[in-house]
Formats: sequence, structure tokens, C-alpha cells
Amino acid sequence: MGPLWLTVRLAALTTGILLVIGTPIAWWLATTRSRAKPVIEAITALPLVLPPTVLGFYLLVLLSPNSAIGGAFLSVTGSTLTFSFFGLIIASSLYSVPFMVQPLQAAFEGVGRGPMEAASSLRASPLDAFFTVATPMAVRGYLTAIVLTFAHTIGEFGVVLMVGGNIPGRTKVVSIQIYEYVETINYDAAHTLAGILLVFSFTVLLAVYTFNRRFPLHVG
Amino acid sequence: MSFSPCFKAALVAVVLSAGPSAVSADTALVAVAANFADAAETLSPMFTAATGHDLKLTTGSTGKLYAQIGEGAPFEVLLSADAKTPAKLEDEGKAVAGSRFTYAVGQVALYSANPETVGVDGKAALENPDLRFIAIANPDLAPYGGAAREAMQAMGLWDTLVPKIVMGQNIGQTFSLVSTGAAEVGFVALSAVKAPGKEPTGSYWQVPQEMFTPIRQDALLLQAGAANPAAAAFLDFLKSPEALAVIVAYGYGAGN
Amino acid sequence: MTELSVDVRVSYPDFALEVAQGFAGAGITALFGPSGCGKSTLLRVIAGFERRAKGQVAFGAEVWQGGRAFVAPYRRGVGFVFQDARLFPHLTAQGNLDYAHRRAAREPARYSFDDVVDVLDLAPLFTRRTGQLSGGERQRVAIGRTLLARPRLLLMDEPLAALDTKRKAEILPYIARLPQAFGLPIIYVTHALAEVTQICDRIVALDGGRVVATGGVAETLERLDLAGVQGRFEAGAVLTGHVAGQDPQLHLSRVDLGGTVLEVPEIGLSIGDQVRLRVRARDVSLALTRLDGLSIRNQLAARVLTITPEHDTAYAEVLLDLGPQHLRARITRAAVQALGLLEGQEVTALIKSVAFDRQALPRPDRAAAE
Repeated sequence: MGPLWLTVRLAALTTGILLVIGTPIAWWLATTRSRAKPVIEAITALPLVLPPTVLGFYLLVLLSPNSAIGGAFLSVTGSTLTFSFFGLIIASSLYSVPFMVQPLQAAFEGVGRGPMEAASSLRASPLDAFFTVATPMAVRGYLTAIVLTFAHTIGEFGVVLMVGGNIPGRTKVVSIQIYEYVETINYDAAHTLAGILLVFSFTVLLAVYTFNRRFPLHVG
Repeated sequence: MSFSPCFKAALVAVVLSAGPSAVSADTALVAVAANFADAAETLSPMFTAATGHDLKLTTGSTGKLYAQIGEGAPFEVLLSADAKTPAKLEDEGKAVAGSRFTYAVGQVALYSANPETVGVDGKAALENPDLRFIAIANPDLAPYGGAAREAMQAMGLWDTLVPKIVMGQNIGQTFSLVSTGAAEVGFVALSAVKAPGKEPTGSYWQVPQEMFTPIRQDALLLQAGAANPAAAAFLDFLKSPEALAVIVAYGYGAGN
Repeated sequence: MTELSVDVRVSYPDFALEVAQGFAGAGITALFGPSGCGKSTLLRVIAGFERRAKGQVAFGAEVWQGGRAFVAPYRRGVGFVFQDARLFPHLTAQGNLDYAHRRAAREPARYSFDDVVDVLDLAPLFTRRTGQLSGGERQRVAIGRTLLARPRLLLMDEPLAALDTKRKAEILPYIARLPQAFGLPIIYVTHALAEVTQICDRIVALDGGRVVATGGVAETLERLDLAGVQGRFEAGAVLTGHVAGQDPQLHLSRVDLGGTVLEVPEIGLSIGDQVRLRVRARDVSLALTRLDGLSIRNQLAARVLTITPEHDTAYAEVLLDLGPQHLRARITRAAVQALGLLEGQEVTALIKSVAFDRQALPRPDRAAAE
């Protein structure tokens, strides 16, 4: 499995996982009146602040078999979190949290309580209303969040470098491969791979934005 | 024009006192490979004490420093982590021909954060079947990675250990992989585990020099420093016995 | 008929609501009062939208809120029509209706999807996106959507406030028809007196977070005036009668108030229909005798009950007895002196016919069949 396919798989899985995890977090942040809100907001924004290699180092500490989490995972599954594709997914998911949560939170705040109250007065349970009212109304936020998370994971470098251990076929993603080509002055190969990455990413983004344009939401 | 004797004497005194300090107040800009940064920090005040010159140190990976020099960074001396980069700079005419020499030789250690993992026999530690991961620097990018591969080949273990290899992009990152326990063992720079003021928390085994091609770290005088006496003085200082003592203390072999 | 009983308190830093009140299980009850009096908050408490409210809300034997119990809004079977419609923008008008209809599939159906569409005339709007609807159309769709959720109680929070006069006039008849057509009690929040007199049966008047008056529309409005709240409301009186005759050529209707007859502009009802009229105090003048040579046609014999001078103004308010009903006149204190008005005196009340609000009440026979 080449670095390119590995990268796409990593980005897709990371985006999928963050959709599931980020949605309730974003919803909670958008609707809560809790005093803990700024704390959670700050925590979810941290990956924006920390340099990737620093974050990578801390994730390495967090996921290594010597840590509680990494140790527990090892004793349950018999394999380590570090230097595995699964560990990479965890690491890049954590790293991309703000790219999923922040657009969603903004979108949910845009929806507001009004439509949810309306839905509840029409006998829709909160979960029902979430999927049938809040989600479709926040569809632009979802698109933005998915695009940003996917693109960010594709381009991710520092974290996967630290946590992944650069194992061909398992954790050697395309950005590391390009880095290696550049460092070894193999510019032709670097250009080729970077070009493929660029074309692919552009195509994905173009498709998403075109979709967004063709199905604009009439709000008002 | 005539001066009173008294005035002449005062003028001479001023010239004599200002003269030598004006000459020795030069500052050299030194680009230092990251692995040698600690040693260079120790050497800097010693150099100033010995010569009166000052140093300004910039540390970075050798590759980045090379790129910066290519882009016109005003470095006057380069302490590289390899021999290849200085040779290339010399070929490109960016350094003063004939100034290049090996100031230190990198030593390799098999290291573990666990005090029991690596004993006196490094080969035995590597052959332990419970070992999951062995960290090395990327051999394509870092000389220490190449040395690690050669060492394992010399022990006849390379082929069996390949599936356990994980790679850092440089020797510093490789050290992180091992020190956090993510990889149980790894080949790191001896200077990372053995240095003044650094008490190793784990265990290590110094890989015998005959197992790998010496990792020569070369220094050279760049064109920007050709006319700076402080730059030349620093290169001379690196060859002095007191500098060599520091270099060895930091886990390097002495150069030539 | 299930009655709603509310005994709640809500405290905000700058406002407190404290209401203990029962609401009838039929017809339209106006929750009436000036802006900021707490009427919308009370409505939200009933719907279950204000989790910070303390106290009890019960619908018949069902406790919606009380002690630790709290029934989620979507389980209460309460319909809520918002001032701003709150249609779902990602759905068409029909999509909005279907949304409610599907979720009420298991509720007892006293009326069909088509009944609602017919009554509110929604069919022409089906394919429109919500952004393409006018304000009035949006409210009609919102009302229809709410009805299709088959609520047991309908709450309407100033549903006409965002509309201009023309749109209001367009929708009011639809709302007035709802209790009969769908057998649904309505609590209707408004600060517009015209809406109260046109469509409501009862008033619960709020001021400063407390109930200040309750009861039938006419007597409550009278009491409100006496309670000194009238500064906020426009003083007046509500008269009830039935259509006694029509003059199609002059476009006039005659309304019998129980002995006295008023001429009003044609009101498009049949003879025998009950009507309610609101007469503003400032539109009533007084004379000591009947007058000829005057454009004012409605001259009613009345007896002065009380004369109340207004503080710090030139005016006095005169409460008049029309037999079974009361009327109010606002005239200058100078006029009171000049005419030598006394309590108990017989006078003639002059009413400009343009001053009527009008509304059809259910016919007695239809109401009985309900």
C-alpha cells in the first residue's frame, strides 16, 4: 500500500471519526450555558496552538506502552498504539479536533434554539430534531468541517512523524515521503508526489464547493 | 602642528589600550548542527576567555543550515553533522578551500529508557524476541541512521530486525521515540545519553566503532567569514586540547 | 374539556414572573398585556421551553411540571405558533407540513391533513420554499404545521406581530375559526387590544409578571380600566349584540344590543349572528338631549354611572349604563361642568360609527353543537 493510498485512508477515517466525536462536542458547546464551556473550548483549540512536533511528542508520551492509555491498550489488544495505523488515526484525530469542532459549533450556533423549539412543539424528540432540523440546517458547517479536517489530515506531518515511526505501508504517509525526497535532494520524485497530492486535494475541494454551490440552503 | 609631550603621551596610551581590544572584539556567526548544540554552548565561553572573541550560535538541522547558507545566510563557520554537506559547500565555492576538517566523530549508542533492557551485550538486547520496536534515524536522511543499519548488518541481525524498525526523521526525534518508551530500544547519538550534567535514566551500550563507518562531523570556514579573524580563531580553537576534552566529554570521538 | 393549571415562578435578574392561574379548555384565551409583562415567558413555561421555571404546570390530570417531574416539550402535545413562524428553511412549505403530520401519525385524528390545508388555504403554497413565502403565508403555514402535529392545546405567541395591517386582517379570521374547526383550546399572546376583542373569549391580563385581571373580554377590559392600568391600554368598552338587520344598498348592518340598536358599516354576517363591538372612550360624546342635524347616526339613551376625572389632564371618564351593557366616554372636565353632569343623570351618548371593531362570535346553535 503506497503512501498516497495510506494517506487518503487515514484522512477519510480521521474525518469519519471526528464527525462522530466532534458533532456532540460542537453541539454541546453551541447550546450549553455551563461555566465549563470556555475550558472545553480552549482545550479543543489547543492543537491549533501547539506546534505539530510538540503535539506529536506529547502524543507519543500519551500513547506509548509506558503510559496508562498505551499500556492498557497493549494489555487488551496485544499491540501498541504507537507505530500503528490505529495510533495514527487517534493522533491525527486529536490533532484535527478544532478543524471539525469549530465550524460545526459556529453552524449550530447559527441554527439557534428557535428551530429546535419549533421541532419539539411538533412532537420531534431532541435527537429526531437534531438529525432532521439542526443537521440539515448546518449542512454548510458540515461541509466546511469535513473539508478542513480531511485537508488538514492529508497535509499533516509533524504528528504522524512522531507517533507513526515512518513504517512503510503502515504509517509512512505521503507528506513524510515527500519530506524524505526533498531532504535527499530527490526533487523530481518530490514534485511528482506533491503534484498528485495537490491535484487530488484540489479535486476533492472543488467537488465539495461545487456541491455546496449547487445546493445552497435558502435560509430566511 | 606641534603637540606638547604631555599630550603625545596621553595619545599613545589611548592607542595602546584601545588597539588590542578593538582587534579582539570580533564576533563570529557559527551555524551548529543540532546534535552538537550543547557542546558548542559549553565551548563558546571557553573560546571567548581564550581569545577575547565572541560567538553567536545558530543551531538547526544540517540540511536546513545548508539551505540557509545557499540562500545567503551570513554564517561564517559551519559545524556540520556530516562530512558530505561541508564537502558540497566547498565544491560550490561557498566555503574557503582547505578550511574543512573533522572536529568530532559521532558515536552510536543502543539506548533504552528502561534501565534493564540494554546490558553489556547490545547484540543480546537486540535479539530479545519480546522486543517490539527498534528506533533508528532514517538512514536516507541521517548519518546515525546509516550507522545503525551498518551496525545491525555487522551483527548479522539486520534482515530479521527490519520488521521491528521504526524511524525518526533525525537523530533527535529518534531519541524521543526511545526516551518516551514508545520504542523499547533505539540507536541514538552517544552524545544524547552521555554528556556532562546528564544522568542517563535508562541503559545504553556504546556500539563499537568497527561496526560502522565513522560519522565524521566536519567544520569549515564559509566565504562570509573569510576575512573575520574570530571565525578562523574558532576553527583553530576546536583543534585545541581543551576543546577536544569537551568534545569527548560530550560523547564524541576526537577528530583529526 | 381539559383545563390547564399553572402555578409558576421564573426569576431573571431584571424580571420576575409569578402566576397562579387556570386556563379554560376551550375557546381562545387572550394572554394580554404590555410588552415585557411576561406573557411570552409564561407561554414558554407552559410549552416547557423555560427549564428554569419553578412550580407546577398541569394539563388536566397530567402533571407537566412539578417537583422533580418535567415532561419534555415534545411529549406534551402542545402546539406553539411563534411570532417569527420558525419554518424549517431546508424544507418546502409542504415539507414543513409533512414534518408535523408524520410525527403525529399515532395521535387521535379529529381532522385530516386536507381539512387543515383547506381551512388555511395552503394548497397553493405547497411547492414554495419558505424564503419565497410572504409574512402572512409563512404564518399560515406555521399554523397549519402546528395543527398537523395534532396538539391538545395551542399556544400562539403574537403570531401577527410581524405582519402589516393588511396581512393581520387576512389571517385573523383563520385563527378565529380554529377552536370550532379543530376543537382546540388556544392561549393567544398579544398586546394588541384589537386582536383580543376580535377573536378572544376570555382574557388573562398580565402586568409586571403578575395576573392583574381575568374573565370575559368585556368585563375584564372594564375592570382593567378601573384598576388604573388603562394608561397602557386604550380605554373603551366592549358591547355584545346580534345582527338585527341589513341594508345592502347603504352597506349598513344593524346590531341589537338588547333594546338599543346600533348602525354599523356592513359586517358580512347573517341576521341573528352574534357580534362583539369595541367602542373607544374617546369616540363617545355626550349630549343632554337627542340632537338633529348631526352626521352622527348612533345616539343612544344612557344613564351616567360614574364620573372619574383623570389626574393632571383636561379629561374625565364617564361610565354609562346602556341597560344591560356599559359604555365609556372620555370628555373634557370643562364639558362635564358646562353640561352640569351628575351621576344618575339621563344623557344621550353619541357614537361615531367608524369607531367599531367587529367580530363574529360563534352562533349560539353552532357553539352548542360543539
